[in-house]
Amino acid sequence: MSPETLLHIDALLAGYDRPVGRPLSLTLARGEIVGLWGANGAGKSTLLKALVGEASIHAGSFTLAVARRVAYLAQRQTRPLEVPLTGSEMLRFLGVDRSTPPAGLVEYLPRRIDTLSGGQYQLLSLWATLAGEADVVLLDEPTNHLDPGHLVLAAEEILLRRTAIGCLVVSHDRDFLNRLGARIVDVDGGSTHG
Amino acid sequence: MDELFLRPFLTGLCLALFLPWLGNLLRLRDEWFATLGLAHLSAAGAMLAQALGISILVGSPLGALCGALAKLAVGARSNAAYGVMMLAGWSATLLVAANGGAGEALGHALIDGQLYFSGPAEALIACLLLVGGAVLLPLLTPRLIAAVLFPANEKVNRLPAWRWHLGFECLVVIAVAIATASIGLMACFALLFVPAWVSFGRAVSWRQGVLLSIVLGLGCYVVAFFAALRFDQPFGPVLVGLLVMACLGLRAGLSRRHG
Repeated sequence: MSPETLLHIDALLAGYDRPVGRPLSLTLARGEIVGLWGANGAGKSTLLKALVGEASIHAGSFTLAVARRVAYLAQRQTRPLEVPLTGSEMLRFLGVDRSTPPAGLVEYLPRRIDTLSGGQYQLLSLWATLAGEADVVLLDEPTNHLDPGHLVLAAEEILLRRTAIGCLVVSHDRDFLNRLGARIVDVDGGSTHG
Repeated sequence: MDELFLRPFLTGLCLALFLPWLGNLLRLRDEWFATLGLAHLSAAGAMLAQALGISILVGSPLGALCGALAKLAVGARSNAAYGVMMLAGWSATLLVAANGGAGEALGHALIDGQLYFSGPAEALIACLLLVGGAVLLPLLTPRLIAAVLFPANEKVNRLPAWRWHLGFECLVVIAVAIATASIGLMACFALLFVPAWVSFGRAVSWRQGVLLSIVLGLGCYVVAFFAALRFDQPFGPVLVGLLVMACLGLRAGLSRRHG
């Protein structure tokens, strides 16, 4: 791997009891955003889960650069139904720098996370994932629950951190991936754009 | 205060400060029911120790430890596993009590609480628990919260997560064991469960939630200690009754506010 390459995936075939989708190869460098795009069931989310140890690897392999930290935003997040934890406290406990949060996030920080809407919590979790200590950021459908206004904020959050991280984004939203200027990998066909 | 009651009061005071704080993290991990299972096993351990002529201060933590190890070994984190622990502990406690010499009295004492008979050993252990917990809980809290909100990150980064999960489990086992042996099984469970339940509903932040639960636990403890003495009542049921009344009042207020 070159010094700036954070993640190298080599013909990786992920799945559970059986493989899902096709083998995929790609590299992710610092400052790069790679968008995984494809039909439902093509194996986009399963690939991310395999990278974090929540799905099986049936063939191929992946290599992370030495001493790199990974942060993963799951498609379905765990949020306790009732918990007296503010957005600001959540970021502090997760070791996220709170000095310069995105402007659109500031109003949510003093509120309890269980009182935030799905979209508001998604934005907060996205920032918690992006602005921690991780170099490699894996985002599974980060636009879930987001209205058009929040979609813009989510893109701004990712672009704000772009130079510090390598980001692998799974999304059904092609416009969102284009807005990020992502190199798009079509998981169905394996073609690369962007 | 009569010197006779000073040590028991301090023992309970340390537990009333620490258990509600610990209860917040147990509730966050959705493991509050675990404490009832551990408390029953702790009581069973104390009963068996007494039957074998060993100090209940040894048997009580050993009982809870066996439960925690079994839970770790099978990787159980469901309420069903804790339900099994509770039933096994309850069965063992009452069977040993029924067949032992002085066991029946101790069985009642473990369920009702025997705080007024606490000696220097209980006071010292409770004090050490409070000091150790005050050091460890602020260190464990960020890690345990991160593990709840972003569980995959520990695994993918190969973090030594077992250290803080095991550390927390050990703290719970020790706290439940000493509390069961002194204030009693149900009072221990109530101090872990009720104040955190209220604070999760009412507090505006984690910090305020911890403070609210400690104030609630401490306030009910002090009133229960002197009320039980004054009116010659068993301490455990008085404390549990006060906590439940306070909790129902505060949670009812919350329901009305939320409409």
